[in-house]
Order: sequence, then structure tokens, then C-alpha cells
Amino acid sequence: MAKIKSPAMLEEYRNEILRKRERYTRVISLCGGPGCHAQHCNEIYEAVKKAVEKNGSSESVMVRKTGCHGFCEMGPIAVIQPEGIFYCKISLEDVPEIVERTLEKGEAIERLLYSDPESEKAIIKESKVPFYAKQKRLLMSMNEHIDPGNIEDYLAQGGYRALVKALFEMEPLEIIDEVDKAGLRGRGGAGFPAASKWRACRKAIARDGIKYVLCNADEGDPGAYMDRSLLEGNPHLVLEGMLIGAYGIGATEGYIYVRHEYPLTVENLLIALDQAREVGLLGKNILGSGFDFDIKVSIGGGAFVCGESTALMASIEGRIGEPRVKHIHTAERGLFNRPTNLNNVETWANVPLIINQGAVKYRKIGTKTSTGTKIFSLVGSINNTGLVEVPMGMTLREIIFDIGGGVPKGRKFKAVQTGGPSGGCIPESLLDTPVDFDALYDVGSMMGSGGMIVMDETTCMVDIARYFVDFLCDESCGKCVPCREGLKQMLFILEDITQGRGSLDQLELLKELAEVMRDTSLCGLGQTAANPVLSTLHYFEEEYIEHIKKKKCRAGVCKPLISFSINAKKCTGCMACRKACPVGAIKGKKKEAHVIQPEKCEKCGICFEACKYGAVVRK
Amino acid sequence: MKKELSPELKAVEKYGSDRTCLIPILHEVQKEYRYLPEKALRNIASMLDISLVDVYGVATYFRSFSLEPKGKHTVTCCMGTACHVRNSPGVLEEAKRTLGIDAGETTEDMLFSLETVNCLGACALGPIMVVDGEYHGEVTPAKVKKIIGKVKHQEGRD
Ligand SMILES: Cc1cc2nc3c(=O)[nH]c(=O)nc-3n(C[C@H](O)[C@H](O)[C@H](O)COP(=O)(O)O)c2cc1C
Ligand code: FES
Repeated sequence: MAKIKSPAMLEEYRNEILRKRERYTRVISLCGGPGCHAQHCNEIYEAVKKAVEKNGSSESVMVRKTGCHGFCEMGPIAVIQPEGIFYCKISLEDVPEIVERTLEKGEAIERLLYSDPESEKAIIKESKVPFYAKQKRLLMSMNEHIDPGNIEDYLAQGGYRALVKALFEMEPLEIIDEVDKAGLRGRGGAGFPAASKWRACRKAIARDGIKYVLCNADEGDPGAYMDRSLLEGNPHLVLEGMLIGAYGIGATEGYIYVRHEYPLTVENLLIALDQAREVGLLGKNILGSGFDFDIKVSIGGGAFVCGESTALMASIEGRIGEPRVKHIHTAERGLFNRPTNLNNVETWANVPLIINQGAVKYRKIGTKTSTGTKIFSLVGSINNTGLVEVPMGMTLREIIFDIGGGVPKGRKFKAVQTGGPSGGCIPESLLDTPVDFDALYDVGSMMGSGGMIVMDETTCMVDIARYFVDFLCDESCGKCVPCREGLKQMLFILEDITQGRGSLDQLELLKELAEVMRDTSLCGLGQTAANPVLSTLHYFEEEYIEHIKKKKCRAGVCKPLISFSINAKKCTGCMACRKACPVGAIKGKKKEAHVIQPEKCEKCGICFEACKYGAVVRK
Repeated sequence: MKKELSPELKAVEKYGSDRTCLIPILHEVQKEYRYLPEKALRNIASMLDISLVDVYGVATYFRSFSLEPKGKHTVTCCMGTACHVRNSPGVLEEAKRTLGIDAGETTEDMLFSLETVNCLGACALGPIMVVDGEYHGEVTPAKVKKIIGKVKHQEGRD
């Protein structure tokens, strides 16, 4: 492919791609996102491709493997256009029928359709599936039309038009103004206005003319995978955003920092960069505009704190990923001491949209102070696990119950955790809180990067606080004392409480520690580390007190506070629990009631799982 | 006779000898040896022209690097929040019991290493356990023994 040297040539190339595709009567998009990938979607994709080739319809049917479609609970999934037919939980055996009936004739196969849990009716079209219908998928909806390994797919969707507009119709400052007017706030956690950062970096003086724009794809928040899905599924969207930002800021080099746990993301990204370079969308004199820009990929080493801006920059430089004090802003002296601007994956992905449709239209979605949409990873105790993109301002209740389908197994909702290890747990009584940077902050949590973990009555809120403190204790880099030592002390206290050794005055001590850490820690990790403790202490204090005073864990999680026994009346003597017990703690003959020997029992709960008759009691 | 290139040299040729390439080089070299031997760290330091301390610092700072030899098979339990609320602690407990080692350790026969990870981005299927790159979703403590048992069986160690 020859380099594209002007906007007109880009349009010509685009039209050529579209013309080439006119022969396809049908397109099947098979999801290859992380959820479906773990369910062997690769084999299904290969099988469909082979079957289509075999019956000679590869001239009229396009088979595409895409990034994540979002509805991971139902994977592996596929969408067939132009009908918009949505299939879920497909398996290898379904492939011949899908090819024969759907790809050839456009018929929907009833058993593969999504069945509405309320009406039990089969739904044919993806757009009518309640999980999707209530979302506003400005960014995510593109995923299913794109094979991340093929730049032509992105161009066919109108890709890189925003770049052309930015380079040829706008001045750099106009771009920053437009992003400012759109009200774009950082999606990586704190919600800082993107345009303010850009402006500061544009103003900063680069001694040797080099400025950087960086993309944060470290996604350290455990339980969140939306950045992965965007970058892995639609890499060019993020590249286009970075290109536009770089032009606005006056940067010539970029880095994308990806966590090493995402090898597929890195692979897709490297392919996308190569293809962009090959056609001249990266490199020197992009599209003949005189603008030079290129991007490198940098890989992490599994440290949560490397998501923090200064630690991330140190890590890219090949140094230990520790944060530094920020009295000198990274906009002035960041990566290699040069002016640097860092934004999150999703923040960059919003930029082409803003340039394409203009700030006025962009602002129409969302709330006054939190514009646009936000992608959440809706996980935990929820029926419809997956990625959901909603307009900001939608309430937590709508997300969890209308889109997420509520809590499974007849259990009761207890709390939702947002903001990752820096966020908090929000109780049922506050479910009408809208998702909006400020509203979530006001209830003691934060937007964070988009993890939304739903918890039911089987989650212990003291244990969850202990879990996050344990996580952060492990991840604290150890550079500053309040974070390193404060977390350790907090962990001791929370372990005391969850193991039945706690006392009431320790609750005061927790609050005091929290305050000191917030005020004196070096970076965001320590400053916000107490949020999971403070929020659970605030909304679920009675659980803490129960652990301390009554030595009771109502969720049945804290081992020293629970015990297992067998209800002799319900026990049929089937031996299932006895066989399953890994430590031989269960006694009993066939067809006679069994007994758990408490001195041997390690409370692993395997017998509880193994019993079909509900005879094992956990108290 | 032609000498086989060392993994260190191959990695440096692939990524470059700039300091910014240190982390990818360490990843690449670890893939070969399944850990980072001292000799490799020394070689990398001299090839990148930085001090051994700098290489050692980075290699010990990041959790994905190991200076200890790892087992032939790796069992990884996800400890992310989504997996946690679906009982990944129970899964890890059972994996520890089945293998007789703690997280981060390797069995004496060098057959298994037990690792934890903070989220694999496949939260919909939690709790997740990965054995040699193969994902097992919705794992319960009771299933752990079977999954690990299969590998033990292949190795003739059951
Ligand atoms: C401990 C810590 C971890 C962080 N991890 C991430 C992360 O994984 N991804 C991310 O985008 N931002 C993360 N951040 C926020 C970044 O420091 C930074 O604010 C953000 O990437 C800026 O981009 P934005 O303005 O577009 O949100 C983290 C911050 C802290 C303090
Ligand atoms: S929390 Fe386990 S895969 Fe995300």
C-alpha cells in the first residue's frame, strides 16, 4: 500500500474499501473479547471461516473476529448483519446450521437467540436485547464492526475523518477549545478536565522541541476491563484520539503504556501501529499536513502504582516505577523531563467523537458537569455481567437492575463498589445516585476508571475492606511512610476484626489512620487508600460491630467466626460431602447421617457446595 | 560450529539497547528461562550499559519478574475484586492444599508454581484459574483438585 498523502487520497482509499465490500450480502461478527476468548471463540471463528469457504460463499459472506461486544455473560456471541441478528452462547456444533440457515438465507435460529428473562420471548435483534437497548454505546458499538487487525474496517466506519478535520480545518488551539467546550473529563479516575491539561502542556516550553502525549492502559483496577476492550477491540480509535491531541498540544512522540497481563492487547496494538504507519497515518508529514507524530508501546511489569502518572513515566524510562512529588507538573517536566500529557484510554477514545460531531452535540449527553458516556465493567454478583456504556447521570439502580438484570440466585443486593481500591462501597439506600464524577464523590466513593462490582448478602463488608487494604499493602511502593506503614497497621486491625479479636476502640484508630494517610501520603494510592475502609465503616458499621461484639459474620465469610455442621434430619447419608472433604473431617456411614468433626474441619466450605440436600449448615 | 545466541542477546536485538527497553527485555528473557538468572541480569546490564543495580532494582520491583526458578507448570489464581466476591479465596486455599505450597512458591519436584494475579480482564467468568495459559472459569474449590489432577496425571504423578 502506498502512503496516503492528502485527505482526498484518504477518501479515495475509503471509497475503494467500501466498493470492494459491496459484494458482501452478509457479515458475521464473532466476538473475540476476553470473556468469549476464554470460552474458545477462536475455534468457532475458524470453523465458521472454513465452513463458509467450503460451501463457496466466501465471496458473499464476510466472517470477522472482533473485540469485545460487551455482553460477556452470554458469550460466545455473534452478530449477523444486515439483519442485526444476535446469537449467544454458541458452540462449535451450531456452526453448520448458522452458515446454512443464517448466513445463506438470513433466517434466525430460535435456540441461539437471547431469551428475555421476563417475557421468556426470544429476541432476534441485538438492538432489542434489554442489556443493549438501555445503553448509549457511542464508543463500544463500533467494536462489533471492527477487526482490530484490519485498518480497513476502521476506515469503512468513517475512521480518521476527525483527524482530517483537526489537521486541515482547525488550528491547534481550536481543538483544545472544542474539547474544553465539550467538557471532556479524564476517564482514568479523578475526572480532571482534559483541556486544562492539554493547554498547560501546549504552553510549556520544550527545550529541545520534544513533547509527549501518553496513553494510560495500565488498568490496574482489579475487576475492570473496559480499557482493555476498547484498546484491544478498536485500537485505531485510541490512536486517532492521540493524534488529534498531539496536534493540539504540539507533541511529536507518543507512548501507550499497557499492562503486561494483556498480551492480546499489545499484539493488536502493534499491528494497528504498523498498519497506520504503512498508510501514512503515523510518521512524518501525516496526510501531507506537515505534522509528524509516532507512537511506541511500553509494557508494564505488574505494579498497580504504575497507573499513577509519575510512576508510569518512570516505568517507561526503564526505571523503578515509583511516583514522585508533583510540585513540578508533568505538563512541564514529565517523561524524560520533557513536557508530557497523559490521558486514559477511554479519554482518548472520546476525542474523535468530539471533533467529528462538535462540542455542542457531545454535551447533549450526560450531565452538566459530567458530559458524555462512561463505560463500566459490571461484574460480581450480577445477572448480566459485561461492559456497559451509559450516559453519565444514569442512576446506579438503572445500571444494576435494568441493564444488569439484578442479583442472581435469589440473593439480596448489599452494595456496589466503584472506583477500585481508591473508591468506596455504596449501599442500597443510595442506589438512586447518578453516575457522575461529583455525585459519586459526594457519597464517599468515586467514578474511578469504571469498575463496578456488585455485592450481595454473601459478601462481608469488613472482609471487603480488609481485601482492598491487603491489596494496597501489597502494591504500595514503600517510598513514603504514611502509606507503607499506615496500610500495614490498617491491615493488622482489620485482620483482628475479621478473626474475632477486634475491639471497638480500633474503629476510632482506623479513622485516625485514614486521616493521616489522606493528608500526608505522597501519591494518590496512599491518599485514597482508606476510602474502602471509611465507606464500609460509614454505611455498614453494624457489621463491624457485630464482628467485634457478637463475634459474628453475617455473610459467612470470616472463617474464625463461622462453623459448619450437618443437619441430621436433612442428611441422606449419600457420602458426597465425606468424599469431597479434602481433610477427612467428615465421619458417617452410607445412608446414615454424617457428622463434621470440628477439630479437623478447616472451614473450606467444599461440603457445603457438595451437598445436594442442603443438609450442611454454615453458621 | 555456530553458537546459539543467548536469550539476552536475542531480546536486545529485538527491542534495542535503550534503557526504555529494559522491561520488555526482562519479559522476553524470563519467557525463555522461566525466571531471571543472575547471569542474564549481568549480561543485560552490560549490553544496555547501565549498572547491575538498576537492572536488579527493576527486576525485583515488578511482581511479574522472578529471580527464582519456576516450575514446569504454572497455576494462576485471579484475586481481583470480581473474582474475590465469587469466592476466589476459597479457590486459592484449595489450590494451596492440593499442591502443598503457598502462593508464590514452587513444588520441590519443580513441577508446579502457584501464582496469583490481580485481574485478567475476564471477570465475567470469575473466579478464574489459569493453568499453563488455559483459562478455567467459574471455578469452585471442589473443581480445583480435578483441574490440577489432570496435569498431575499427564505427568504421571497422581
Ligand atoms: C495508584 C494509582 C493508580 C492509577 N491507575 C490508573 C490506571 O490504571 N489507569 C488510568 O487510566 N489511570 C490511573 N490512575 C490515574 C492516573 O494517575 C491519571 O490521573 C490518569 O491516567 C490521567 O488520565 P485522565 O485524565 O484521562 O483520566 C491511577 C492513579 C493512581 C494514584
Ligand atoms: S477479577 Fe478476576 S478476572 Fe477480573
